[in-house]
Amino acid sequence: MSRLETAFYDLGHLDLLAEKNTPIHRLDPRVKVVVTLLFILYVVSFDRYEVARLLPFFLFPAVLIGMADLPFGYLWRKLLLVSPFVLFIGIFNPFLDREILLQVGPLGISGGWISLLSILLRFILSVGAGLLLIATTGFPAICMSLEKLGAPKVFTVQLLMLYRYLFVLIEETIRMIRAYTLRSFAKKRIRYPVFRHLLGNLLLRTLDRAQRIHMAMLSRALTGEIRIARQFKFGPAELFSLAGCIVLLTFMRFADIAEFLGKLILETVT
Amino acid sequence: MHMADALLSPAVGAVMWSASAFMTAYSARRVQIQLDNRKIPLMGVLGAFVFAAQMINFTIPGTGSSGHLGGGLLLAILLGPHAAFLTMASVLTVQALFFADGGLLALGCNIFNLGFFPCFVAYPVIYKNIVKDKPDSKRLTIASVLAALFALQLGSLGVVLQTFVSDISMLPFTSFLMMMQPIHLAIGLVEGMATAGVVSFLWNTRPEILESAAAGKPLAPIPIRNILIVMLIASVFIGGFFSWFASEHPDGLEWSLQKVTGSTELDMPEQGVHEKLDRIQQKTALLPDYAFQEKEGSLPDEKNRSGSRTVTTLAGLSGGFLVLACGVLIGLILKKRNHTI
Repeated sequence: MSRLETAFYDLGHLDLLAEKNTPIHRLDPRVKVVVTLLFILYVVSFDRYEVARLLPFFLFPAVLIGMADLPFGYLWRKLLLVSPFVLFIGIFNPFLDREILLQVGPLGISGGWISLLSILLRFILSVGAGLLLIATTGFPAICMSLEKLGAPKVFTVQLLMLYRYLFVLIEETIRMIRAYTLRSFAKKRIRYPVFRHLLGNLLLRTLDRAQRIHMAMLSRALTGEIRIARQFKFGPAELFSLAGCIVLLTFMRFADIAEFLGKLILETVT
Repeated sequence: MHMADALLSPAVGAVMWSASAFMTAYSARRVQIQLDNRKIPLMGVLGAFVFAAQMINFTIPGTGSSGHLGGGLLLAILLGPHAAFLTMASVLTVQALFFADGGLLALGCNIFNLGFFPCFVAYPVIYKNIVKDKPDSKRLTIASVLAALFALQLGSLGVVLQTFVSDISMLPFTSFLMMMQPIHLAIGLVEGMATAGVVSFLWNTRPEILESAAAGKPLAPIPIRNILIVMLIASVFIGGFFSWFASEHPDGLEWSLQKVTGSTELDMPEQGVHEKLDRIQQKTALLPDYAFQEKEGSLPDEKNRSGSRTVTTLAGLSGGFLVLACGVLIGLILKKRNHTI
């Protein structure tokens, strides 16, 4: 029960982060969407055993968290919450690939551990990039930029409607479950027959709500076309940050900064 | 189960993205043509319903665990396949962004696995054929359970294939398959029971909703051929692109496809999993960047080279950590400055 409500407030919390007013938040959402996709594409395009060259990519989230003033701990906990599936698949690598690929003194590290580490780094970077996108941009702005970038209008309107009524329906569900809990003498779990009726009733209420919304839309002159009013500007700041990010990310992808710097250190040390 | 970015190669991700994007555009056009503008709020609110419904869990009799609704099939029953596909795609997009289920690159895979299969395969092939145009309580239940089972099996097969072709995880194809399909038999049963429960409840309380949905226009032929063409063109194009810019490792689709065809040898008893792993390792050992294992009885020159490899990797790692530390430092400084302002 409390888990439900936390999940719900959590949803709102990410969106509240997007309300901040920092240089990152003020950027045109299209820039952020394109750069995020490019970032993820570059991160997952590395070889299975790559670890070192993934590390410089952490610059991007670190700078973003700093510049956009986001709570690191909160984002990190959200990441951990969804890690089980990736861990579940990746954990087999050390058992399947036992060939020693890296010798550090007496310790031999097998290819499987390296590739597991690589999978975890990819996971943190790619999922983190998605969370940062939503925390710096907000969902409605992302939908609108998707439309500007060519997604079908029916789809973006669908996204916006879904998001609008998500909160309403979740509140309704929480009320239903609370009512059930109060009447069920602390029975924790919901049996299947009850589940059927709860879900069915929720569906009926949903359908009625859809009808009311439709009437409200009709009485506000719905013609079938949904209009979205929002100003988009692609100014010098956007151009500069878009070009800068693309150049920087491409450089990090193709030039081995990590190795270059590392050699420099090792040479100065020895 | 959601496919994840971390297990996906860019080529596979991009191919699945283009397939899903094509299906989204196609469904959007179909929905717009038959525009019954009552459907717009209905789709939006039902999308939100799927989310809310996932918060209500029921106990699975005989076990300690609980299950909830997935949604794809129920949406198809209520909205018809095209609108349901769009709605499911929007649900998955929100899940990817807010709950980090899967990820943005894997979104294409997830929309295909959890949207395309229930809406365009399980619904017309199984559900429609059992229910026909005269629904009754028993038929609705059987049809929902069977269709959900089928959809989930296809979806999990999709996850296995996408993971395997991506070649980031090392799980052998057959054992991954043996692991995933039975699990999804159980998940499919739960999904089927949840869907059947709601559908038969609806049949008892408001049968007209299901009647009008069942009487809806028959499904237009699905452009399977077009999807395949899009996927083929995308894979050729993307495969070529990636093998050009990432030619240092044969991670492209080409190599994976070759491995898929090569994997038929797995059936022969003397060529077991180990042999295949050996082959993979030989392949990776051929990669110039990663050939830092020592070879016994190799030429001194080669030994030298592999020694220097270890140094370069250590160099790479330490350099990487240096950049990482710089990043964290920059982040902290920026944050502090933000707060002092």
